[in-house]
Amino acid sequence: MLKPLVFDIKRYSINDGPGIRATIFFKGCPLNCLWCHNPESISPQVQKLFTTSKCIRCGECCRVCPVNACRLTPESVVTDNDLCILCGQCAEACPTLAIEMSGRYRSTEELLAIIKKERPFFDQSGGGVTFSGGEPLLYPEFLVEILDACRKQGIHCAIDTSGFVETETLLKVAQYTDLFLYDLKMVDPEKHKRYTGVANRLILENLQALAGEGADIQVRIPLIGGVNDDEGSIVAAAAFVASLPGEKRLVSLLPFHDVAGGKDEKLGQARDLSALYEPDQETLQRVIEVFSGYGLTASVGG
Amino acid sequence: MAKEQNMKLVPERKPAAEGNFYVACRNVIGPGMNERIQRLRKLSVETEPSLSIERALHETAFYKENYGKYSVPMLRALNFHDHCQKKTLYIGDDELIVAERGPRPKSVPTFPELTCHSVEDFHILNTRDQQRYTISDEDVATYAREVIPYWQGKTIRERIFSHVPDEWRAAYEAGLFTEFMEQRAPGHTALDGQIYRKGMLDYKRQIADEIASLDYLNDPEATDKAEELKAMDLSCDAVIVFAERHAVLAEKMAHSESNPQRIAELSKIAEVCRWVPANSPRTFREAIQMYWFVHLGTITELNGWDAMNPGHFDQHLAPFYAAEFAAGTLSREEAKELLCCFWIKVNNHPAPPKVGITARESGTYNDFTNINIGGITTDGKDGVSEVSYLMLEVVEELHILQPGNSVHVSSKTPDRFLEAACKVIRQGHGYPSIFNPDVYVVELLRQGKTLKDAREGGCSGCIEVGAFGKEAYVLTGYLNVPKILEVTLNNGVDPVTGKMVGIETGDPGDFASYDELYAAFVRQLNFIVDTKIRVSNYIDRMFAKYAPAPFLSVVIEDCISKGRDYYDAGPRYNTNYIQCTGLGTTTDSLSVLKKHVFEEKTFRMERLLEAVNQNFAGEEFVRQTVINKTPFFGNDNDFADDIALQIYADLFAAIDGKPNVKGEVFHLNMLSTTCHIYFGKVMGATPNGRLAGKSISDGTSPSHGADTHGPSAVVRSLTKLDHTQSGGTLLNQRFLPSLLKRDEDVIRLGQLVRSYFTLGGHHIQFNIVDTATLKAAQETPEDYKDLLVRMAGYSDYFNDMNADLQQEVVERTENESF
Repeated sequence: MLKPLVFDIKRYSINDGPGIRATIFFKGCPLNCLWCHNPESISPQVQKLFTTSKCIRCGECCRVCPVNACRLTPESVVTDNDLCILCGQCAEACPTLAIEMSGRYRSTEELLAIIKKERPFFDQSGGGVTFSGGEPLLYPEFLVEILDACRKQGIHCAIDTSGFVETETLLKVAQYTDLFLYDLKMVDPEKHKRYTGVANRLILENLQALAGEGADIQVRIPLIGGVNDDEGSIVAAAAFVASLPGEKRLVSLLPFHDVAGGKDEKLGQARDLSALYEPDQETLQRVIEVFSGYGLTASVGG
Repeated sequence: MAKEQNMKLVPERKPAAEGNFYVACRNVIGPGMNERIQRLRKLSVETEPSLSIERALHETAFYKENYGKYSVPMLRALNFHDHCQKKTLYIGDDELIVAERGPRPKSVPTFPELTCHSVEDFHILNTRDQQRYTISDEDVATYAREVIPYWQGKTIRERIFSHVPDEWRAAYEAGLFTEFMEQRAPGHTALDGQIYRKGMLDYKRQIADEIASLDYLNDPEATDKAEELKAMDLSCDAVIVFAERHAVLAEKMAHSESNPQRIAELSKIAEVCRWVPANSPRTFREAIQMYWFVHLGTITELNGWDAMNPGHFDQHLAPFYAAEFAAGTLSREEAKELLCCFWIKVNNHPAPPKVGITARESGTYNDFTNINIGGITTDGKDGVSEVSYLMLEVVEELHILQPGNSVHVSSKTPDRFLEAACKVIRQGHGYPSIFNPDVYVVELLRQGKTLKDAREGGCSGCIEVGAFGKEAYVLTGYLNVPKILEVTLNNGVDPVTGKMVGIETGDPGDFASYDELYAAFVRQLNFIVDTKIRVSNYIDRMFAKYAPAPFLSVVIEDCISKGRDYYDAGPRYNTNYIQCTGLGTTTDSLSVLKKHVFEEKTFRMERLLEAVNQNFAGEEFVRQTVINKTPFFGNDNDFADDIALQIYADLFAAIDGKPNVKGEVFHLNMLSTTCHIYFGKVMGATPNGRLAGKSISDGTSPSHGADTHGPSAVVRSLTKLDHTQSGGTLLNQRFLPSLLKRDEDVIRLGQLVRSYFTLGGHHIQFNIVDTATLKAAQETPEDYKDLLVRMAGYSDYFNDMNADLQQEVVERTENESF
């Protein structure tokens, strides 16, 4: 079975489902959203992160590198990505954490041990574990295994998904899942393709299918100024959510914050986000009203 | 009629706005305060602390005339009585609760019998930037002429310092520990509910019965007891006289007052002061005034380390409130107004100024009255009442420095109360702090208290617990645990001064294993603790013999029945605490040594210590390696946490159970207040990468910046310690305001607290402020005059803190969104 690549584990997570939660972030995502605030979550590979300002030019990385991919420059260190085999020895040796490896393969036992440590907080708050990403459903077999293990421990499980996955897989995993945090970017197919790199037909169908199965779903809408905060997008989203079978779903609005800059730099990449902006209070209020008009309760934050 | 008037005066309380953090609410007065309270608050906040020499003048004249004529307890009581008869009274406009320790608000007397300030001390106090106390040149001249010559050489402080052994002095000067009682009397106590059922006349009857039953033929202590009891009796008279003088003054003021409302208020003040403290209070208002007279009596009689404390004040006031509310004689708004008046009274009383090392380690106006809110009753029930909620509102709306306040959350405490408290915490004033009665009752039981007395317990001052109204629990001073490690790594020598301050425990280069190093640390620890205890015991006897506190002895149970003073084992329980500081710094340093020197051999001992001794200058590689590649305390990592557990166990072994001079024992405490900053100042760099002079970790909190796995990991690390072994642990957490934006977030915070307490945590406190705000406050202090932040165990104005303290708060790990 494919062991998942995990790039972060957050404890005292209070924005990813009910109560105090532990959130496990899987690496790898079929979407490539322009605004993604976790750019290291997209690649399904281990990645090397580098923070120039932390480098003290001690040269330890160059010393330990088995393939001589690290080279000391007058300012810091550069890595030759063609040579680099992502073995992580440089990160191990780096005293300042200027070099970090993003992504570590984790076993069910390992993750379960960490999750179980948070039990007192789950117990007090009605919390649990959330599998997020990236796209956790890239690892369906593993998910089923760990979801089942958590369930046997009585731990509440949520999955934060893009929905871009085979319907069959989604419904299988749903049998072990207490709550879906289902991301809905936008209903317009062209726009969706333009901003996320994929068509949204499957995503919308899957949401309908999941709702049809009676799954507990919270719809999450990343609200990106300049992308989907216009009247048309909002009304379309509200109408779609309202049309889902079953009870009315709660909607969480996640306003865009430009926080990814530092992470892009660590990955050695750049994105032009100048067209995006954080929606103002007025817009948020208006969006909430639109949803309310469809009989839906929307609120800001996870 | 009066009720109707008040309804108009007091606007209905509206909840504070969401996300109403410091920047937004700066200098905005809370919504529930009426104009009277606004004026009283303004006067209290804006009046600069000053020194009053009146008490010292009265006392010096009294001693000149009477010293040698009486037994020591009688001399003290007569002196107290004399001052209560003569001191300048103050009844301010608008006041409903009356009496001040000094001649006016924020005016602080001196206590030359304990510490006689020099002309130079006054000059420093009058001109320094932080914690300034103004005094006129004329008063300084009078002091120099009348007071200083009489007391020179006779003060308790001088007598202590002339008697201490050399090894104590060396360790004290090196900053291995502090000594609380070198310039203030052992204080730090709190009251139970007795004074709401008994007036001073009742105490006098009880004292008379004890005197009548003394057995002069068979009890060798009968004469001493008689003197102590007579002194107690006289001190009851002193506070009655003090109150009656206020009644007379209020009547006089009423005669010359033209405003009919104020005439009625002054007449009421006179009526109340005629009744309490002579008799037990009949109303909510009398109960507050009763406590206030007792409070003032204890802090005027002597300068105890930390002011008096009403203990579970909401529980004591609840029956009065319930009865009057039901009878329709007291509205919620009237009760709240009276509480506000009381709160402001406490704020009018800054701590008497400290000098020397003590001033360095405790730089604050705060005199550590800590109102305990909520908790459990003596019969184990939930203690939360409407008065508890009123107090939370008062705390939130007044946002003033004093009194400190804490909420006590047991498994029986309703969520509504915890949420209300968390909402006040969200305002970012650093209070209330949160305590766990389920754990501290066990702490007190372990120390030998009865269940009922343990349940009456709580925290006074910062985080230390005692059995309220029945215990003298003396904080004797802080222990600089990281410094003990530093001295161990230098074979007994203080590397900062080059002086021998400990014992020889071996050259660190010769330790063949971590266990050998650790054993040397423990030997050093025991030597330092024993050195401290020896002098603590000496000081305890000094106070018992030469500075008894007969009035305090009246209100602490069993002193009357034993005929013994509060300082001489009179109370039912008599504990000495030593407060150990820097668990995080010590753990992290030992973790570095264990991992990098002994296990992985990353560095040889000599290499690491050389880098430490050079304050890591040119050794950034070593420093970064130890900082980033070592398990540190507070991350739920067993490698580090096991070291913390071992240190905690050895601190316990070194302190707990050591006999004190009152037939009882010393106990462990894990409090730091602001001492971690002073302790850091006297230290070189430490193996955990901390630079020379930087503050060490506070209380039982992780080192600053060391806890990188969020608050739940901190909680798990902290609760690996058995908190019931100590008389208090302290956990400081700094949260960004953004982490408490929504009401759900506040509920999560409450759940985090519940989790900590379920796992056995003693105390937790939060600073809800972002780094940007703190930095802005450093740059433009005038814009942030009332920015209150949490220190270790109390809140203080950011502007009143020196640059080191400010930096320390800025550097605390900031928990951001998770």
